Amino acid sequence: MPETRKPTLAFFDFASCEGCQIEFTNYGDEATLELLKHVEIVEFREAMTETTTGRIDFALVEGSFTREEDRTRLQEIRRRSRVVIAYGACACTGGINALKNHQDDFAEYVYGDDASMPHLRSGTARPISAAIKVDYEVLGCPMSKEELLLVISNLLHGTIYFAPTYPVCVQCKRRETICRFDEGDYCMGQVAIAGCGAPCPADGIPCEACRGFVEDANIPALEKVLMDRAGFSHKRAVGKSRMFTANLRS
Amino acid sequence: MLQNINIDVHHLTRVEGHGNIKVNVTDGVVETCEWQVPEAPRFFEAMCRGRHYSEVGRITSRICGICSIGHTLASVKATEAALGIEVTPQTTKLRTLLKHAENFDSHVLHVYVLVAPDLLGAPSAFALVETHAEVVARALRLKRLAHEWGSLIGGRTTHPTTVLPGGFSKVPTVPELSAMRDKLAAAVPDLQATLETIAALAPGIPAFDRPTEYMAVSSDSEYGLYDGFVQTILPDGDRARYDVADYRSCTNEYVSPLSTAKYTKNRLDSYAAGALARFNVNYDMLHPEAKKVAESLGMGPICTNPYMNSVAQVVEIVHSAHEALRLFDELIAEGVTEEPLVMPTRSGTGAAAVEVPRGILFHEYTFDDEGFCTEADCIIPTGQNHANIQADFDALLPWLMASGKSEDEMRLAFEMLVRAYDPCISCSTHYLDVEFVR
Ligand code: SF4
Ligand code: SF4
Ligand code: SF4
Repeated sequence: MPETRKPTLAFFDFASCEGCQIEFTNYGDEATLELLKHVEIVEFREAMTETTTGRIDFALVEGSFTREEDRTRLQEIRRRSRVVIAYGACACTGGINALKNHQDDFAEYVYGDDASMPHLRSGTARPISAAIKVDYEVLGCPMSKEELLLVISNLLHGTIYFAPTYPVCVQCKRRETICRFDEGDYCMGQVAIAGCGAPCPADGIPCEACRGFVEDANIPALEKVLMDRAGFSHKRAVGKSRMFTANLRS
Repeated sequence: MLQNINIDVHHLTRVEGHGNIKVNVTDGVVETCEWQVPEAPRFFEAMCRGRHYSEVGRITSRICGICSIGHTLASVKATEAALGIEVTPQTTKLRTLLKHAENFDSHVLHVYVLVAPDLLGAPSAFALVETHAEVVARALRLKRLAHEWGSLIGGRTTHPTTVLPGGFSKVPTVPELSAMRDKLAAAVPDLQATLETIAALAPGIPAFDRPTEYMAVSSDSEYGLYDGFVQTILPDGDRARYDVADYRSCTNEYVSPLSTAKYTKNRLDSYAAGALARFNVNYDMLHPEAKKVAESLGMGPICTNPYMNSVAQVVEIVHSAHEALRLFDELIAEGVTEEPLVMPTRSGTGAAAVEVPRGILFHEYTFDDEGFCTEADCIIPTGQNHANIQADFDALLPWLMASGKSEDEMRLAFEMLVRAYDPCISCSTHYLDVEFVR
């Protein structure tokens, strides 16, 4: 019955904490059972035994591309999939994994004398778009599960989801959160891409730009603000500004 | 008895992270019986260096998305120990309540999504939507409850936002706590139904025993999830106690002559951490309702069947629900106030241990005078369990062969054993390669 076939959805993971997959289990009964009416999940290693070699309509890829041997697996996923969705900062930008890209002794530090063993080889943490073409990106660490539902629901309806391009401050103002700077704290929401709904300032902590920076973000100005208004040392300001965004800047 | 066996499970499903099982028997001779972990390493300890103390917990939380509450708590506790920060009783109570939310959440996921399909003969929980709709709906209900409960305290359950060194950035209000308490109390029928499901499935659990050493965080005041010292128990009941700051003396990471892996061991060649270990070590501190559940499922300390870890998780689900109701009631009665973060009083080194669903998590950091991290060490539960899983494999294969199982039955038994440990392989702070030299 090809005409009644539900679109297939498959999950794949690379170097990650699998937190984005876990977010997928946090929708609760109503949203999950409703979604299952419209898509057929054909591969989800963490939750099911079945794997697929067939065509995939929507492939959700989590995690960074860190080893050359993962390239073939990514290409294979691309070849079989109609739409590839990178979800989570690890997959979209390299995320927190990219912090090590600014170090050259990470392997020695963790594994000592064993560091040169071939199975411990780990190159630069890169977004999966460094290996294959990606159709949609769901940003965040963890990804915004509401945004992922929006992407999938638009795909099911044949429409296109456009992610915000404006900074987190806009969403923060919209929910009337008192600005962290007014509380004597600091924040990076001025340069972070919105779409998460600005939960962090609302929870009383600074935005750390886990969704990455808006286009043309003025990083020197960000560092200056962190030093002038939050009283950070230069070292701390530079470090802060590359917490989740190590790949997006020098 | 089967003379030729060839089991090769590449990227075992329904576990977190990537693991392989390889078993080879030719003409009745065991050639290979291995548990392998080919996960991509991620180097968190290195990435902590140079980060400000306020950021370290945010970074190490990303070691594991499932235990991210536990990683955050272990990290802020170690940071507090290093910086001479003593948090308030309200902070401790809220964190303990958050810890119960994580254990409840993760155990529900494990028992329903990872283990139940094996016992129901289904490939996945999704397949159960057709055949066992009520079980799936109940699992999702309990999962969402845990997510709401954890989010109320931690901001969110995957990489919590509000948990900081020195306290919380935001605390729940009494009306919010009351509403959550009522939701949890209303879930008791779902817990009863969970028990009935597991009791009905329990006969499918293999009757395999392998005594080992069990290690858990213990305390004189609670079951030991959030705080305490380290305690181990041998199958004969002999106990030993260690200070958290001396965690290296009971974890003893070493490189096995048979393997390139870093294993851990203590008094025996391997030890178990996780729900069954906690059950064996801390049985006396279980909530009476949880003890009743254990008795009704025919389980008591010292239980030496590793497959029973999943049953111990059900016991802990009930324990966490009832302990949480008590903590909610106390917080509601005492009231909750916004408290400023407690500030550092010194710099130096500090360690902490917290129980995450799969076992003890140790974090240790050193900070310089400006508050930047100079050294980091994290020992994760699955790392501690790998040697024990391998030891179980070594005993399980002859047991399965002697009981005349088919290759398919054996494969399932191996897979179920690994799943019972619920290994959290993606926590690759320490890479473990369990490939044997042949
Ligand atoms: S983006 Fe964050 S939550 Fe998602 S897998 Fe990566 S580290 Fe985990
Ligand atoms: S708290 Fe952060 S995100 Fe919100 S308005 Fe201030 S700077 Fe912008
Ligand atoms: S507020 Fe900032 S740090 Fe928080 S989720 Fe949004 S982008 Fe990420």
